[in-house]
Amino acid sequence: MDLKDKLISSFMAFENNVDVEHPVHDVRMAAIKNFEDKGFPSKKEEAWKYTSLNSLQKIDFSIFPKEDNALEYKDVKRYFLHEIDSYKIVFVDGIYSSYLSETTHDGVDICLMSAALTKPMYKPVIDVYFNKIASKDESLTSLNTAFSREGAYIYIPKNKMPKKPIEILHFSTGNEASLMLQPRNLIVVEENAEVQIIERHQSLTSNEVLTNAVTEIFAAKSAIVDFYKIQNDVESASLIDNTYIDQKDKSVVKVHTFSFGGKLTRNNLNFYQNGEYIDSTMKGVTILGEKQHVDHHTLVHHIEPNCESHQDYKGIYGDSSTGVFNGKIIVDKIAQKTNAFQQNNNILISDKASINTKPQLEIFADDVKCSHGCTIGQLDEDALFYLQSRGIPQKEARALLMYAFANNVLSSVRIPELKTRINKLIAKKLGVNLGFDL
Amino acid sequence: MLKIKDLHASVEDKEILKGINLEVKAGEVHAIMGPNGSGKSTLASVIAGNENFEVTQGSIELSGEDLEEVSPEERAHKGVFLSFQYPVEIPGVSVTNFMKTAINESRKAKGLEDMPAKDMLKLIREKSELLEIDRKFLSRSLNEGFSGGEKKRNEIFQMAMLEPKVAILDETDSGLDIDALRIVASGVNKLKSKDNAVILITHYQRLLEYIVPDYVHVLHNGKIVKSGGKELALELEEKGYDWLKQETAV
Repeated sequence: MDLKDKLISSFMAFENNVDVEHPVHDVRMAAIKNFEDKGFPSKKEEAWKYTSLNSLQKIDFSIFPKEDNALEYKDVKRYFLHEIDSYKIVFVDGIYSSYLSETTHDGVDICLMSAALTKPMYKPVIDVYFNKIASKDESLTSLNTAFSREGAYIYIPKNKMPKKPIEILHFSTGNEASLMLQPRNLIVVEENAEVQIIERHQSLTSNEVLTNAVTEIFAAKSAIVDFYKIQNDVESASLIDNTYIDQKDKSVVKVHTFSFGGKLTRNNLNFYQNGEYIDSTMKGVTILGEKQHVDHHTLVHHIEPNCESHQDYKGIYGDSSTGVFNGKIIVDKIAQKTNAFQQNNNILISDKASINTKPQLEIFADDVKCSHGCTIGQLDEDALFYLQSRGIPQKEARALLMYAFANNVLSSVRIPELKTRINKLIAKKLGVNLGFDL
Repeated sequence: MLKIKDLHASVEDKEILKGINLEVKAGEVHAIMGPNGSGKSTLASVIAGNENFEVTQGSIELSGEDLEEVSPEERAHKGVFLSFQYPVEIPGVSVTNFMKTAINESRKAKGLEDMPAKDMLKLIREKSELLEIDRKFLSRSLNEGFSGGEKKRNEIFQMAMLEPKVAILDETDSGLDIDALRIVASGVNKLKSKDNAVILITHYQRLLEYIVPDYVHVLHNGKIVKSGGKELALELEEKGYDWLKQETAV
């Protein structure tokens, strides 16, 4: 049985374990229908031209993991941002781990999707927001919607800000030979509220894992959201991340994506600017080696006037790794005074590595500033000479320049400990002994 | 200390240096002047070992050793320093950390252990005071967002830290206001000793009022066309370079 058929037949088993009377189940049923009609996307589709899911579909993934996969904190501590205090929503093989988590209902709700989808007190929020910005058309998003049951649920009321950042962590224990996970997150940040979120998927063995995640983020008027995605998984772990963001007037949302590992990673990052004076920022650092593959597909839809979007993606590709950057910007006719900026710079450090980069601008307004640029190149020879002339050997000088190239994106990271952590990861990935502590 | 004999260098088959002869002894200050495009910066780059230029003829010797097969980093370890006209920005690496890396790489090449942190801090404090550099400045990313003057002052700070035998200052005076020029010049003067040498590459005479050269050379069309004492710089300031061009044409 191929993966599509297996998923569709598993849906019936899934229905035995959820409340089919809940209105959300109508949403799930419509979603499984859409997935059944469309199936997995193929390379024939423009959006999937450079990323093939064929080999993943041949793997016999378990759809429902066993429940008793406990982990000790000491075994996974290094994957947490343990230098600072944080709220934690932790899943082990897709199952919530209360032992590793630290949730709260003190003024804000930082808890579980499974609770939000079943308890009446959350119903008003679920009714308004659940599956409202996520695509009902895209098949992998529909697949996730069909199986939506667990994930992070974060609700920040008006004028509130949680005392500390929130970490969402997904661990895979490898207790299954191969496992498919479909976390579903809902994040609602009300007017003038603020939140910082760090998300990470981490497999602990070399068993195959495929994660198809959907995150919906709603930023109300003047809300501020910082979302950091750390993708540094093992080489048997694949991730399809579908993130949908709805922004209202004067809200500021920044998403940073750090792609340093994994087998296949596809990031579908979609911003919808439903208001004026909105600021949307997407930044990415990608450093790959071996046969790793990362595909960044971004979309910014400028729907109203006077908004800004900023995209800055940097990539360093070694060995036989491959990368894709596809940045789509749509500016509607009424979205005058839009300022959309997009930048994608890449360095190839191996003859076998490759990158496909494509800006895609659809501009229907006439009074806008849109700039885009992409570069693929090697290191700047003048810069290299500068470092060598200070006595730094060529190999170290190259690594230092790559570090500087990638580091450039980090200025907007607002959690200093996280910035240090990412800096160290970058240095480690590049094999740079910087000769100093960061 | 530095001996350049019949040096020819080209970039992409275009010959830029066409037979330079120059000897710089310890304790001396030489100024190299000349119009734009005469080959001044190329000469500086070639001495420091920039591999974008090909040396087609002639030689460069440092303390008797031929530098032909010596990489830029090894030249630095042996005591060559180039203050860049356009220093490169390195985001994410502070001035302090950059200097630590540079100094420790040089020590490593000499078979020495890393400099102890305490000594490093002391050295940094001492040298930054010499150039009136604020401590906060040292924790900023190297050259990133620095003004023209800050970049040049930072170059001389690096020179102070690395204590080279031969320092080549390429257009260090350009982009400096008069106060910054005074600070930079006084820094260079304090670093000058009987054991090291300085080569000033400049378009204008202005810098030479503060750092007084022992010799002035005029570079034109890839060759040194005239050499003299410090009074030659004044003459050039007064007459410009046109008379030289005519003179060499004849």
